Amino acid sequence: MLKGMYNWIDERLDITPMWRDIADHEVPEHVNPAHHFSAFVYCFGGLTFFITVIQILSGMFLTMYYVPDIINAYYSVDYLQHQVAFGQIVRGMHHWGASLVIVMMFLHTLRVFFTGSYKAPREMNWVVGMLIFFVMLGLGFTGYLLPWDNKAYFATKVGLEIAGSVPYLGEYIKILMNGGTIVGAQTLTRFFAIHVFFLPGALLTLLAAHFFMIRKQGISGPL
Amino acid sequence: MDQNQQQDTAHRPVKRKEMTRRQFLSYTLGGAGAFMAGGAILPMIRFAVDPLLQPKQQGNFVKVIEESKVTNEPQQVDFKVHQVDGWYESDPKLQAWITKGDDGTIFALSPICKHLGCTIGKYGKEIPNQYLCPCHGARYDKNGKTLAVAPRSLDEYEVKTDNGWVYLGPLKPNSRVK
Repeated sequence: MLKGMYNWIDERLDITPMWRDIADHEVPEHVNPAHHFSAFVYCFGGLTFFITVIQILSGMFLTMYYVPDIINAYYSVDYLQHQVAFGQIVRGMHHWGASLVIVMMFLHTLRVFFTGSYKAPREMNWVVGMLIFFVMLGLGFTGYLLPWDNKAYFATKVGLEIAGSVPYLGEYIKILMNGGTIVGAQTLTRFFAIHVFFLPGALLTLLAAHFFMIRKQGISGPL
Repeated sequence: MDQNQQQDTAHRPVKRKEMTRRQFLSYTLGGAGAFMAGGAILPMIRFAVDPLLQPKQQGNFVKVIEESKVTNEPQQVDFKVHQVDGWYESDPKLQAWITKGDDGTIFALSPICKHLGCTIGKYGKEIPNQYLCPCHGARYDKNGKTLAVAPRSLDEYEVKTDNGWVYLGPLKPNSRVK
């Protein structure tokens, strides 16, 4: 049945070459842990992406209950974690995944650095990788405020003081990020929008560029 | 104009300095495209930067303590101010350390540490004759002068006295420390 459906679509749209192009490619021996176990270091990039997918999915589900409002944000998080079935697990995935994605990304960066994979002709991919790194930090910073508890509030306050210490422009950057002069109702909605729409959009664009380049240039050779 | 003459004109190489039809059309299309894109994007940008262009809230003076109760020893006073945060209005509690200086003037220090914005502790509690910030150990003297860690001295509230009462206003940079 499935085969029949696939063939029906394939006859009309010729999709086989498309997924072949994406899925059918050789994995060189030196990056395959089945050949040399130490090649597991080449898995960190993929693991980062895997956790990123989990972050996006768990985040999408969290917004079914969460409201970015200073009166109700804390209660909505409390409710979704303690009253909703599997809430602890879904929020836990998002909470722990946020830290894990940074760890995996860091290990991936170390692997790229110590195998010299950033060298010509792959310099642009290193730069895109760094941009992804900063977007991830931005996601961590903006996401931290959303539960609107004491830790979130003061971490953001301190973070914005640091942003405010930039020479000349600091005060403007701070007001722009705050959405006013204090960390308050407008900061929460602003951070929510950045966390849920702006940065994920930037992240997906950068990831597409990252993957396009790795496929175009191939995996760097053995040491 | 007869047939031959007409053909002659057509074969003569064009030497006009005007732009080509292709150039003209691409400029026109590009301009119209940029105008349309700008029309879509500019409102969004103005929308996002609105907080930057809002006028600052005017601070009102709030009655906090009787003038006669202010001593040389810093005292904590709590008071409420009206705060408008977009659609959310509230009356948050503020704190000040109010002291009569050696010169006899009353001044009130903000407890917000000038390092990274934590709240400083009670005067002289941890260290004699100093304020200590619990976060990163910033220290200040009685006038709010920075002694360690913080890059600037504690902010001061504007102070007004009227009819035996002390009123506190908006924050300003410390004026007691040179």
